[in-house]
Amino acid sequence: MQRYSGFGLLRHAMSHHENWQRVWRNPKPKKQYDVIIVGGGGHGLATAYYLAKVHNITNVAVIEKGYLGGGNTARNTTIVRSNYLWDESALLYEHAMKLWEGLSQDLNYNVMFSQRGVLNLGHTLQDMRDIERRVNANRLNGIDSVALDTQGVQEIVPIMDCTTSRRYPILGASWQPRAGVARHDAVAWGYARAADALGVDLIQQCEVTDILTEDGAATGVMTKEYGAIKGDRIGCVVAGNSGVLAKMAGFRLPIESHPLQALVSEPIRPILDTVVMSNQVHGYISQSDKGDLVIGAGIDGYNGYGQRGSYSTIEHTLQAIVELFPIFSRVRMNRQWGGIVDTTPDACPIISDTPVENLFFNCGWGTGGFKATPGSGHVFAQTLAKGKASELAKPFSMFRFHTGALVDEHGAAGVAH
Amino acid sequence: MFRIYCPYCGELREEEEFHPKGPAHLARPADPDNCTDEQWGDFLYFRDNPRGLHNELWVHALGCRKFFNVTRDTQTYLIKGSYRLGESPDQARTSGDQA
Repeated sequence: MQRYSGFGLLRHAMSHHENWQRVWRNPKPKKQYDVIIVGGGGHGLATAYYLAKVHNITNVAVIEKGYLGGGNTARNTTIVRSNYLWDESALLYEHAMKLWEGLSQDLNYNVMFSQRGVLNLGHTLQDMRDIERRVNANRLNGIDSVALDTQGVQEIVPIMDCTTSRRYPILGASWQPRAGVARHDAVAWGYARAADALGVDLIQQCEVTDILTEDGAATGVMTKEYGAIKGDRIGCVVAGNSGVLAKMAGFRLPIESHPLQALVSEPIRPILDTVVMSNQVHGYISQSDKGDLVIGAGIDGYNGYGQRGSYSTIEHTLQAIVELFPIFSRVRMNRQWGGIVDTTPDACPIISDTPVENLFFNCGWGTGGFKATPGSGHVFAQTLAKGKASELAKPFSMFRFHTGALVDEHGAAGVAH
Repeated sequence: MFRIYCPYCGELREEEEFHPKGPAHLARPADPDNCTDEQWGDFLYFRDNPRGLHNELWVHALGCRKFFNVTRDTQTYLIKGSYRLGESPDQARTSGDQA
């Protein structure tokens, strides 16, 4: 792999940037792999990278139906934070946060991780009590978190309407300074390039149509384009389509797939240098380096695989944003899209073995998977390498929905939906 | 944006009048006290989540406030029709009821 550097940029400038190496190979699949990862989004590519790098397992294929990072990795609002309430999830997301902090250097690829801070607003007394509780829980877990009052919020975001006469007055917020945003596509591309350099085969435009099993153990996958591909262990990291793959393997998951929409405005001058989220009025907003406001909110309530949702949901989203930022009321929206999120009943992921031996699932990240990309890949790589979950991943077994040991982040951690 | 037929009002109405309430025909275990954890967990949490035709419960929240079922394709979002509770999916329709 050609390392990227300032010097290299200069050198390639001499040859009019015509001699850059391909970023990754485009190989034909082998007949047999140690590990097959289904799904070439951020989480799947991160899993492949850490399998090769940490566990020295390089005979790995990532099989992707479309193109790399073309699903929810390309569709989210890029917010990264780790201020979750419960120990299990806080430790998992903080693990990811620590990896984010060195990720560009680790991958030799600029993921444009910008720790510009995230505000989670409180609009009611109960919001503020929950915020106090969560901030204290975060600090006990070593996560930077501060409870702010109205004045403190106003100082960070002067353009937000913090007057008390609003219908939903801003009483305060939790503030995580280390949180921020990252360039979503670069994360997928960075992991893909680094994994490819370590020998991982990235197989694009290849749809998995069945999971091959023998005596209750997975032995490979059937693909539309290349037929059967054998694998000692199979990891499914397919977000919204997890239910479809589970059905191929003959079991069900505690997951429902919903459309989650987001939108961006026309590019405007720098005006918002942090991330603002509100559960109560239900919206979140940040400004990309390009200048457009990146806006998201809640899922559409119905099940859907169509990567689109209803206009009324977008309208509610923008109502919330304008409630917080009347100054944005005349900003025009440029693009709007939907992704298919895999929601679990407790708003926590599933990183788990399954009823089928040698088949593992990493899914259920729902509306907040992007922030976890490095951590998710890191712990799932260990699950695939050792055949059992690490301490961090253990609480997120799919069988918690049988034992009742849920990690209930719904509403608790700024998870709004 | 859907236009959903309410089999009680007998009219096609805007989606915003309705709320989705999850999959239809989830049968509560007949003998909950003697369920295993697996059976109870399956009933509470585990879902078919199909890509394709899906029978789902909706409520006409800003209308007659009655619950009914809708058969809808989760990939194309096309609605095949609605039917009342107690009816079967093959009775799904988009017109014909008395208001």
